[in-house]
Amino acid sequence: MFAYILRRLWQMVPTLFGVMLLLFVLFNWVGGDPSYILAGKSFSADTLANIRHQLGLDQSLPQQFLIFVRQVLTLDFGISWSTQQPVAEILASRIGPSLTLALPMLLVSLLLSVIIAAIVAYVRGSLTDRIVTLICTLAMSVSALVYIIAGQYWLAHKLGWFPILGWSDSLATNLWYYIPLPLLLGLVVSLAPDIRFYRSCFIEEMGHDYVRTARAKGLSERTIMLKHVMRNALIPVVTSLMMSLPYLFLGALLLERFFGIPGMGNEVLNAVDRSDFPVIKAITIYVALATMLFNLLADIVYKLIDPRVQLK
Amino acid sequence: MTPLSPLLSVRNLGVSFRMESGEHFQALKGISFDIAANRTVALVGESGSGKSVTAMAIMRLLPDHHTTIAAGSEILFEGRKLLQADRHTLRALRGRDIAMIFQDPMSSLNPVFTVGDQIIETLMLHTGMRRKAARQRAIALLQEVGLPEPGRKVDAYPHQLSGGQQQRVMIAMAIACEPKLLIADEPTTALDVTIQQQILQLLAQLQKKHGMAVLFITHDLGLVGEFADEVIVMRHGEIREHGPLQQVFSQPQDAYTKALLNCRPQLDSRPARLAVIDDFLQDQPYQPPPQRARGYVPGDDIVLDVQGLCKSFESREGLFGKRVFHAVKDVSFQLARGKTLGIVGESGSGKTTVGLTLMRLHQASAGRALFNGQDILAMSPREFHACKRRIQIIFQNPYASLNPRFTVEEILLEPMVLHGIGHSHAERKQLAMALLERVGLPSRALQKYPHEFSGGQRQRIAIARCLTMKPDVLICDESVSALDVSVQAQVLNLLQDLQDECGLSYLFISHDLSVVKHISDQVMVMQQGQVVEQANADTLYAHPQHPYTRQLLAAIPQGWPHPGGVALA
Repeated sequence: MFAYILRRLWQMVPTLFGVMLLLFVLFNWVGGDPSYILAGKSFSADTLANIRHQLGLDQSLPQQFLIFVRQVLTLDFGISWSTQQPVAEILASRIGPSLTLALPMLLVSLLLSVIIAAIVAYVRGSLTDRIVTLICTLAMSVSALVYIIAGQYWLAHKLGWFPILGWSDSLATNLWYYIPLPLLLGLVVSLAPDIRFYRSCFIEEMGHDYVRTARAKGLSERTIMLKHVMRNALIPVVTSLMMSLPYLFLGALLLERFFGIPGMGNEVLNAVDRSDFPVIKAITIYVALATMLFNLLADIVYKLIDPRVQLK
Repeated sequence: MTPLSPLLSVRNLGVSFRMESGEHFQALKGISFDIAANRTVALVGESGSGKSVTAMAIMRLLPDHHTTIAAGSEILFEGRKLLQADRHTLRALRGRDIAMIFQDPMSSLNPVFTVGDQIIETLMLHTGMRRKAARQRAIALLQEVGLPEPGRKVDAYPHQLSGGQQQRVMIAMAIACEPKLLIADEPTTALDVTIQQQILQLLAQLQKKHGMAVLFITHDLGLVGEFADEVIVMRHGEIREHGPLQQVFSQPQDAYTKALLNCRPQLDSRPARLAVIDDFLQDQPYQPPPQRARGYVPGDDIVLDVQGLCKSFESREGLFGKRVFHAVKDVSFQLARGKTLGIVGESGSGKTTVGLTLMRLHQASAGRALFNGQDILAMSPREFHACKRRIQIIFQNPYASLNPRFTVEEILLEPMVLHGIGHSHAERKQLAMALLERVGLPSRALQKYPHEFSGGQRQRIAIARCLTMKPDVLICDESVSALDVSVQAQVLNLLQDLQDECGLSYLFISHDLSVVKHISDQVMVMQQGQVVEQANADTLYAHPQHPYTRQLLAAIPQGWPHPGGVALA
């Protein structure tokens, strides 16, 4: 196990290097000269040269890449070009609001979708199952934007059940006052595909021979579903969950934007708007790292729930 | 309950299923039989005979929503009406009074729980034992069913055990609560012959020790003789014959029973053609065909000469470690033109790897394979392409080895196009139709998909696909193992006819020694990747030299009391 983790961590080095190289090439050849962006409208040759020197742009490409490598190794991506704040500081202040929304959404959505999926899988073919399938298909066919706009208009503006948007410094206020509507809308969007997927996982497991054995033992249907089938059906569920975890940190782009939540998603959009390269670079690297680490974590969790998995 | 009343009594049981098309399929057409306490009753029949449906009906495990039990059906267990019993009563009965073991132990055990947990679960459910006591009992049970190191294996997961060990675990689980009736549904079909024999002996021994009644379900009449008291022969949802063991074997009344007894290849007789069911169902009495002589003779033309074939697989271990597994070690043999070389061995003996390596589906690690004098293992992929069509393979599972999205026409035409056989589409189609007819399928089969055929028919399609390429060598890898005995006889007859007609050479890989004896001229016995013995078929079976060969031969279920000759009387 230890040897496996070590080997996997070691394998991340070339992957990360590849991501860095790609980022570097993209920013240098596609991104244009950042000194023009920084200097604003009233630039002179002097200011430009000055900025280029500060950014290290007057050095050779390999040297510039080395600077980037150093930034990644120290996780210090310098200063934001638009706000002049240190990038680390900006990201640290953004992660909180993102998680305030994304974490409850993930937990509630996981719990609800697994329970609903298990129930409709058990009564598959019945009217309940068909109605749930129909609702899921309808829900999946409507764009997330429609839910957000309709929700803000009807539930918040017309009925006044929720604030239209906003954010405060108090976690409790955020959780009880500002989060519910985006949370609700986020659930509507994410539940439908999850229920469909988990339902098929359950149904596949229910057809296996060991379920027949469990019945022949005299176990109740409930024990069979919750103990025997659940543990096996969880294996693909965990995969899809682990794959979605890195996005926790990216935040929900649309929801944050529309509800004025100052999270990562909002920051990404702002940074792209302002061509704030240090912030974009930092976020890209962090997301790449998170993806790799959660993939490793997913493989280890597999091993825990499925003894057949061999870590090689 | 008086001593005379049976433990289980099935009366007029009729079961039908609603198919997806909406039609009803009658799986059981009103069958009746009794099982007395402490007796072993064998239920014998081919696929679709309704034998498993009977078992599932007794356990009340048939899926409710598309099963209809005919009015007037009755199942009595110790006088209780099972068909009317509520869920609660049934749950208490299952696992405690009636237990069941299934065909495939690997898939019948839950892969994510330890075998101990799965036995403990049954014990705690029905006996109210505490976990600790149940664990001790589970270890004792594993000991009783002959699992080595039960104290350690109790914490093993199913995949860490061999097939035979898994079936022992299933048996331990079934006898955990001392059931009065044990239903064993094809308990040895997925196992090697030597393991099969051990499991049958274990079941017989446990039956005596615990005084259980056993309902033993099998497709193989040969197994029944080992320990059944009574035999029930089923076909198409009906009971064809029911009687004491000796009577059914020595004086079978029903034509179908006679056919079943005869279509299985025997060790002491090699008819030119195996009997098939139809031979017995027509009016005139069956005339056994003459015997066929077999064996390589000096001067045979050698089509395939394999010398020192090796194949090893590598797997990673630890940080830098590597483990090498030798699947095939220094195997040499010669295949004569128009003859059959049988390869026998248990799972893991490397017999399949030999076949796949010769097809170059695996890269050989060492050795030569001279095909008409040229080493096919040393050829470049381009050179080999020309030889490819001349060595073909038929796999074991006819359900998985045909592409389900292709029609039979596409399946047959694709290899012809690939190898440039036939000049036009029309010509190829003509050839495909001729081949279909040759393997006994109508030409309208061309437009159908594989799922529309039975297992035996699919294996015929697979044979026809190989024949499209006009091969010289056909590798049959357990090609008849998944088939019913009667269908197996038909396919074996077909293979024999094709060999006689086209001079094909077969490499016949199988775990079934009777089948290999029937079809082979030369036989090679493999164990753990090595050839332990190789000789003319008759010599090898009459005078086995190696202890492993003798062990294999001793494990063949003999039937009783000698079906071959007697049934013809």
